[in-house]
Amino acid sequence: MEALRIESTHKTPRVILDPENGIFEFSGRSIPEDALGFYNPIFEWLDKYAQQPLPRTHVRFDLEYFNTSSSKNILEILKRLEAIHASGHEVRVTWFYDEDDEDMEETGQDYQALLNLPIELSVKVQS
Amino acid sequence: MQLNNIIFVYQGEVTADLVSSILQMVENKLEGEGEDRKVKKRVFNVMVECLQNVYHHLDALPPTDPSNPVRDKTALLMIGREEKDYFIITGNHVLNDRIPDLKARLDRINRASKEELKQLYQEVLTGTGFSEKGTAGLGMIDIARKSGQRLGYDFHPVNEKYSFFSLEARVSRIPEK
Repeated sequence: MEALRIESTHKTPRVILDPENGIFEFSGRSIPEDALGFYNPIFEWLDKYAQQPLPRTHVRFDLEYFNTSSSKNILEILKRLEAIHASGHEVRVTWFYDEDDEDMEETGQDYQALLNLPIELSVKVQS
Repeated sequence: MQLNNIIFVYQGEVTADLVSSILQMVENKLEGEGEDRKVKKRVFNVMVECLQNVYHHLDALPPTDPSNPVRDKTALLMIGREEKDYFIITGNHVLNDRIPDLKARLDRINRASKEELKQLYQEVLTGTGFSEKGTAGLGMIDIARKSGQRLGYDFHPVNEKYSFFSLEARVSRIPEK
């Protein structure tokens, strides 16, 4: 299975889904008007990965901000990861946020509350 | 409201490209003026939701309806800054029969505590709250959460079919500790 790589734009995040190492990453911002159009290929890729996932998958969300239509799609991604995790293949999620960004921290808490998935909230180290 | 408080005002047709340009322009402006990072982020966030809300709403309107007082997908968008707050105002025409539902929703959001808004957000996100397709319900809750203040709104009757709906969201310029 091939990796999925999408470069970031002013409105959409950088996405790396690497099936060799089981490392997934979403970084940047996600504010497209048509969020489903952007996220659909990611869902399709994840559905394929779910058929033969690695024993361990680590997913990093390092988002600056996203709109509410993206938040539904991010929930859909996390639901797919939750299913992989429930099937006995460990999935670990790290949710990064800036130290002073309690909005992004709260959003991470929202997802923690809604899912049966280990989501670790982590303050981003400032460079 | 003084004119020099206004960062941006637009009245006209709203397209996806226009929304993108406005967001970029205002973001650059906030960046250039050295506004507090957290405040800047919040203003941008609320602005994205407000503008995309209007865009999606207009997109769903029947454009050729002859009783629509404004034929195009026209709206009013305004962003400004006062001593204590940024304000984001949007205005667009809505069908009168949508008003009770919109009003009920806004009142419910305005009555909700911080904790209740969080709960409502989670309910709508998972599809158990507000019986609304898509994400329209979520936008307003998100705006209210990030604003931390009551949403101002008004429905001004235009004719027997349409009213002009204006929505005002405020974001404090004083970052809370």
